[in-house]
Amino acid sequence: MPRALRPARVILALLAFQALGLTLAGSAFADALTPESGGSPNADEIDSLYKLILVLAVIVFVGVEGALIWAMVKFKAKKGAVAAQIHGNTRLEIGWTLGAAAVLIFLTVFTFLKLPSIRDPAPTGANGLQFASTAIYASTDQPSPPEGKALRIKVDGQQYVWRYQYPGKDDVFAYEEMVVPEDTTVVLEISADDVAHSWWIPKLGGKMDALPGYINKTWFKARKGLYTGQCAELCGRNHANMLARVRVLSVDEYEDWYAQQKTDIKTAREEQAKTRAALEGDKGEAAVSGGAGGVGGPQSSGGPEGTDVPSNDEEEDSQ
Amino acid sequence: MEASIASRPRPQIASAGPIKSTSKGWTSWVTTTDHKKIGILYLYTTFLFFIMGGVEALLLRLQLGVPDNTLLSPEKYNQLFTMHGTTMVFLFVIPIMAGFANYVVPLMIGARDMAFPRLNAWSYWMLLFGGIVLYFSLFFSPPEAGWTSYPPLSGSDYSPSGGIDAWIISLHIVGLSSMLGAVNFVATIFNMRAPGMGWGRLPLFVWSILVYSFLIIIATPALAAALAMLLVDRHFGGTFFDPTQGGSALLWQHAFWFYSHPAVYIMVLPAFGIVSEVIPVFARKPIFGYKAIAAATAGIAFLGLLVWAHHMFAAPLSTVVLAFFMLSSFIIAIPTGVKIFNWIATLWRGTIEYKTPLLFATGLIGVFLIGGISGIFLAVFPVNWQLHDTYFVVAHLHYVLFGGSVFGIFAGIYYWFPKMSGRMLSEPLGKASFWTIMVGFNVTFLIQHSLGLSGMPRRIFEYTDTGSWATWNLISTVGSFILAVGVLLTVINVVRSVKNGAVAGPDPWKANTLEWFTTSPPPENNFDVIPRVRSVEPMKDIRRQVEQMTGTQQRHEASRALVEA
Repeated sequence: MPRALRPARVILALLAFQALGLTLAGSAFADALTPESGGSPNADEIDSLYKLILVLAVIVFVGVEGALIWAMVKFKAKKGAVAAQIHGNTRLEIGWTLGAAAVLIFLTVFTFLKLPSIRDPAPTGANGLQFASTAIYASTDQPSPPEGKALRIKVDGQQYVWRYQYPGKDDVFAYEEMVVPEDTTVVLEISADDVAHSWWIPKLGGKMDALPGYINKTWFKARKGLYTGQCAELCGRNHANMLARVRVLSVDEYEDWYAQQKTDIKTAREEQAKTRAALEGDKGEAAVSGGAGGVGGPQSSGGPEGTDVPSNDEEEDSQ
Repeated sequence: MEASIASRPRPQIASAGPIKSTSKGWTSWVTTTDHKKIGILYLYTTFLFFIMGGVEALLLRLQLGVPDNTLLSPEKYNQLFTMHGTTMVFLFVIPIMAGFANYVVPLMIGARDMAFPRLNAWSYWMLLFGGIVLYFSLFFSPPEAGWTSYPPLSGSDYSPSGGIDAWIISLHIVGLSSMLGAVNFVATIFNMRAPGMGWGRLPLFVWSILVYSFLIIIATPALAAALAMLLVDRHFGGTFFDPTQGGSALLWQHAFWFYSHPAVYIMVLPAFGIVSEVIPVFARKPIFGYKAIAAATAGIAFLGLLVWAHHMFAAPLSTVVLAFFMLSSFIIAIPTGVKIFNWIATLWRGTIEYKTPLLFATGLIGVFLIGGISGIFLAVFPVNWQLHDTYFVVAHLHYVLFGGSVFGIFAGIYYWFPKMSGRMLSEPLGKASFWTIMVGFNVTFLIQHSLGLSGMPRRIFEYTDTGSWATWNLISTVGSFILAVGVLLTVINVVRSVKNGAVAGPDPWKANTLEWFTTSPPPENNFDVIPRVRSVEPMKDIRRQVEQMTGTQQRHEASRALVEA
């Protein structure tokens, strides 16, 4: 083996190469080493918990890999060298067992300190939707959220589109793009219609599985902007195209959108009823329910958009 | 020496001399009950499945190499990752450990065969036919619900084709094969150890196989039950997993992971066992903390049965449950850490010979550590909510199962090939293979952590280029081909050396355990004389004894000298 390829040198070169790679990755792609955040307090808190683990992880990584590579280089067989015939060292072994345990205990304590700020919905802020004045949003069939009021939206996964049911008697709903007011606590009640899906908008916090027969909950309180994500649990052939968007507007803009959506759905329903009546030979039965879509075979990518598909609306309250 | 053996009742027939094998040719392989031949059948079969699973992986990486790729349809893509995962877990890593164990456990404990040789043959043939059942679905409609096959997607409403049925039947057969094999290993290790080999002198690889076997026996029935329930749901009107009829889709996840998390330890503990054998031999130093490593193996296995729901942190579970599974996953890091520290302490102050088996064994420590650390991130359930089902998990599991298990498997191949074939593998080619695999592996999987952190979910067949996904995926794809070249170099090495390698002799590494006491390859009865075992390192004792008797340094002729003496 040529001198240039001596294992010690190759190991050191590889290590240097990887360190360089990590440094480059760290500087060139600023967010390559941490999860997405910046949209909602729970995502930010997950990010900070993650960063604490990252610091500990780097220390452990450098320490252990360093010891390994040091041992490999330093104790490489040489002429005349004799291996020390040691069978163990009880003190040392107890020491590193306790050391590993100490790191994990620290991590456990820190996780539980952080947990409430991640799991429990934060109260709606001053710029958010004021629930007291708009009774239509007040939920009637659900217990109050832990802290103050919240906009409760039912998220329903279907092959291969997300459906959002807004609270209240207006029966407002949307597909794929959820529109919410800023600085408002939005509680999501997540379920699925057909197979398992998983709701995830990285910048708005962690994912939650959407499982038929179960209601899973998460929340966010977002700043203005457009946030994107996609289904995270394999749900069939078009899993890759089951996209989700959350558009966060000011309260005024949101209320305009809500009113518009309400009108659009009403209009679309009336037209559908008219068409249907015409097709059925004017039997006088203006059936509203039914229609195509939802469950079944693979659909084209993207799926139905918001107001265009006012069908399937009656099946949602099964939970 | 011989008198003491003869006076002890052993469940073996001592023979006067080496038995000449009378049958040659392919029929001798089909009809064999010799643990060594069955071991070799296992190794070749599982390695073939490894190559098939690897080709599937390369196709997956090709598809993801560029954004909006149309190389594979979503249907084909889903079929490929289902086949890849199922093949690698059930047809490669788990059974190849049974292959190594078949060959070396009886030799290491000084036995002449497994306890139940015909059951052993049956285990192998069921593995082969189980694999064929799965792969025959290629001619019809392969399964496409992932190796985890969560219902309702895997139910008859959403997967009406027969692919899932082939998957279920195949796993039933393979699972039965691995349970029968496990029963056989337990019986062999409990009853057929050489005189003097108490539990405190059992080689660490044999310890790991004992624990592997118990894990298989405890965990596999849960998988078998879940598979049977899925089959009943699909064809016989069952509603176990159908929420519209009062069933629960979450039940499958519990039953599946109750098996499939211990399966991670089933796959990785024997690899750790190989490392625990290889490192002392090439550091020329006794293993540091034998008892601690053996205890850690058992401890990891016990705790490994209590961590399954950390695969379900995003599922509807209460915080108490999440906290329990976070803590149990944390605790399992301690015995795992203990093993790593003990291996490094074994290297410390040794005289390390840089042979290929040692490179793979120490390489395992280096890369598995990354998988262990990323496991801590995933065990913290609030962080898991971000990372679950993303490429971060894909990276993590490959650092554990490739970085842990496959590096160990390659260490085992390079370490025991001389014993199995009687010939040495080429060292330069072995080292080239190691470094190519090392570089290719890290280029492929390190960047996938970043992909997951930036929001790329698993199992998507295409993506649009937002930010850095295209670059990072391309890096990963390039890495996977480097990795493939590294594996190919070892295949070439084996093919070349099996006929033309340098003759190994009985004990080319000056190793510590009894398999090196007999010739390479061993005769059909393994040993004419079974030595009394006085320590964890019986071969070291034998070499020392021979040196005292003859006054010369013994290398390859060690065993013959003792028998004549």
